[in-house]
Amino acid sequence: MALAQAQALPATNTIVPDKTRDGIDLQINGEHYRHTGDPQMPLLWYLRDVLRLTGTKYGGEHGENGADLILLKGKATSAISVSVAKVANAEIVTIEGLAANDGTLHPVQQAFIDEDAIGCGYCTPGWIIASVDLLKRKKQPSDDDIDTLPNVCRCGCQTRVRRAIKRVAAGKAGQP
Amino acid sequence: MSDTNRGIRLSRRRFLQVLAGTAGALVIGIRAADAADTDAPLPPSLLGDTFYGIGAYVRIDADGNVLIGLRDPDTGTGVATSLPRIIADELDADWNRVSVVSLGLGVTDNNGQPSWIYGRQLGGTGGSISAAWADLRQAGAVARWLLLQAAARRLGVPADRLRCESGTVIALDGRRFTYGSLVEDASKIDMPNSVPPLKTAERYQLIGNPAGDVDAREIVTGQTRFAIDQQYGDTLTAVVVHCPWPDGTLDGIDFTDTLAVKGVRKVLQLSPEVGQQAGTTLSATAVVVLAEDTWSALKGRQKLKLKWKPGASNSESSDALEQQANTLLAGKTDPTTRVRNDGDYDAASKKAARRLEATYFQPWLAHATAEPMNCLVRVEKNKATLVVPTQAPQKAWAVVHRITGLSPDQIEIGVPRIGGGYGRRLDHDYLAEAVMLASNKDIDTSVRLIWTHDQDLEHDYYRSGSVHQLSVIIDRKRQITGWYQRMVSASALVNRGVPDSRLWTSEVDVDQLPAALVPNYRSDWYAQTSAIPRGPARSMPHLSNAFAVESFIDEIAHSMKEDPLDTHLRLLGEARELPLSGGGTFDTGRLINVLKLVADRIEWKNWLHSVNGLGIACWHFNGAYVAHAVEVAIKEQKLIVQRVVCAVDVGRIINPMGLEGQVAGATLDALSTALNLSITYKDGQIQQHTGKDYALASMAQLPDAVEVITVPGDRDPAGASFLAMPTAAPALANAVFRATAVRIRRLPLGKELSRLS
Repeated sequence: MALAQAQALPATNTIVPDKTRDGIDLQINGEHYRHTGDPQMPLLWYLRDVLRLTGTKYGGEHGENGADLILLKGKATSAISVSVAKVANAEIVTIEGLAANDGTLHPVQQAFIDEDAIGCGYCTPGWIIASVDLLKRKKQPSDDDIDTLPNVCRCGCQTRVRRAIKRVAAGKAGQP
Repeated sequence: MSDTNRGIRLSRRRFLQVLAGTAGALVIGIRAADAADTDAPLPPSLLGDTFYGIGAYVRIDADGNVLIGLRDPDTGTGVATSLPRIIADELDADWNRVSVVSLGLGVTDNNGQPSWIYGRQLGGTGGSISAAWADLRQAGAVARWLLLQAAARRLGVPADRLRCESGTVIALDGRRFTYGSLVEDASKIDMPNSVPPLKTAERYQLIGNPAGDVDAREIVTGQTRFAIDQQYGDTLTAVVVHCPWPDGTLDGIDFTDTLAVKGVRKVLQLSPEVGQQAGTTLSATAVVVLAEDTWSALKGRQKLKLKWKPGASNSESSDALEQQANTLLAGKTDPTTRVRNDGDYDAASKKAARRLEATYFQPWLAHATAEPMNCLVRVEKNKATLVVPTQAPQKAWAVVHRITGLSPDQIEIGVPRIGGGYGRRLDHDYLAEAVMLASNKDIDTSVRLIWTHDQDLEHDYYRSGSVHQLSVIIDRKRQITGWYQRMVSASALVNRGVPDSRLWTSEVDVDQLPAALVPNYRSDWYAQTSAIPRGPARSMPHLSNAFAVESFIDEIAHSMKEDPLDTHLRLLGEARELPLSGGGTFDTGRLINVLKLVADRIEWKNWLHSVNGLGIACWHFNGAYVAHAVEVAIKEQKLIVQRVVCAVDVGRIINPMGLEGQVAGATLDALSTALNLSITYKDGQIQQHTGKDYALASMAQLPDAVEVITVPGDRDPAGASFLAMPTAAPALANAVFRATAVRIRRLPLGKELSRLS
């Protein structure tokens, strides 16, 4: 039916994708990819093994420690909990896609540096993704709002993450 | 001068190396003198132990950029920042021009034996800073000395008329040379025959000043490559499932469906090597699925049909072990080891005006690192190449060597930044597993082994649970005259080459509080056996002992109707230095100081009348001092950790920002552990499988801030990575007692509080 519709459209310069082609279209950090493997592959393994975007970490089979968070349509989502098929065509941003093309860091990334909100650094990308999501929903998050972050960290970066989020809210990322 | 000539000249001074790098860089490596190197102008012993055997290097390029090698693994302890700053300060380098590179394992072949070219390489054991202080500064000093000589020759003035500042040599008349402009000349100058004088403290530029993590930008942009993020050529991914019992066996396997999964290449079985020490081979039989990618391997693992046969350990449980400990303490059995026996406890007991006894229980614990166990390895005919998250690269080398039979310089071990260690990666079961796979005759690719988190939790080298029975004797003048501690646990040192008479050393510290403060002090340790593997854990043995001892001091204070701060201060007495039986001294003044600092900050004077509960605790170990004060509130029947203050005295502070992070971090880890965590086993099997069963504290459970007070000092620096672990839990439990009148003698606290209230 989709095919019939496409044919019925008046001729334009739009390139109509060939619907008979195998694969799933993905939109990650503004780039377009087509996955032709197992549609049930969790997004995490697609990012890490296929695209070699390894900033998103394995954080448990159910993403328990939050190291595998990515932004799916702007919302922090566990990348191991969604299959590639499920995120077809949706806007996905990983930790590698947060900074501007010229290298300018996202304010949350900058604030994590300012506050040295880093332990071993393994779960840091997940904390940053969760913080970006929170700050988008709440420009001035309260301590209770910050308490809702799903991440855990044995190095104990939580109090410094809290300071980093407040720094962004105060517009002071990158300032002394 | 050609490289060949330089090589010949340098061979006479193997203990010091200046190498002409590419593009005229000055490269300084200081390495162990070869025993066979009879050409050395001086016997290495004349240079002293610290100068001999060090090997971190400094490289200065003609453009002025400085590259500093990092020898110790950084598991989140901040050594990737603090160790290079120790070298850079001595070099008077411009920190903005410094980059840091992980050295990996430094090993050469000395007649088939390994010779460690970078000296000690160990991370997360609290010793990196003190070791670096003893030897790494000299790498910077040698480089600076050579640059000064080069400038002196160019100017025709004596070197002592010149000074260095931030990557520049400056003459009295104001003429300046950047280090970059001097490196070519400097690289042609002979090494000094003795260590150039080290800087005095008033000239430190970097030491004592805050610096953020050197890897911060890479980390926040997701560029840092941990071992788990790496591949090496054609690479197969291996996932594993272990037998639920350490002594169990594989009784049946059907992997037809596994091999049918697209991408799966092979299924292999591995077993622990007989006769090898714990932590050097597998801890349980394993079935491994090798596939082209992780997802295929995981799907294949799911389709395995396995039948495990339990060993004799299938009757064991953590409950039974605890009961056995209680039975032991109720009887009069002789201890396995009398750890310490000062004065005459029994005689003092007869003169007691008051006695008190309490028993504390602490559960088994896991490591729960963020980055799971993993190892990337390729084994070829004459070479093994590894990238592995190990805290102990030299121990890792020994395992690779044993399994492959390769000689020292045929083994290359890269150690990138590590996603948490806490002692777990001092053991190399996972590495042995990966190397066995890669050595398999049917495997001609690299192998990257990745444990899923359930395997991490179920097949750890755990911290044993422990029971501590504490008794105190108080005389008529309200003085503590006798202290008797009896501890029961399963030693972490069993099957690790430690004689039975020393198994207690992982369980209890001979010098721990209040040893040396109480005239009649006795400490007994009782050994338990368990098939569940144990190993090094964070802040062991202090974590469990400080909880028992510092809770008990609070109980003593309560029984005497005394402010626990006063009880502590009376116990500590005058500021003085007491000898430690393990060497060094216990400076009571430094402990009193950190205790008073946290008390002042939390406004301890309100202790008796505060609506909220205040608790305090202190401890000393490894030449460092720590105290915590905690304030808790009960709101709607929920425990709120309102305020946490921690003061530490580590001697000289290398990086205040790093120290604050370590202290706050260890405090939160300790609170998380005390509030939530417990490993149990039943029928010989670990009962926690996911992060939900072993749930680190959520952001909401933890305090919004940790107020860290660092005491400036000029003594040689002590390590700080787990210094703040031991006192957080007792300060918390003592605060809970003030707020609720419920005395917590059993962890985890959260569960126990809801049981008792």
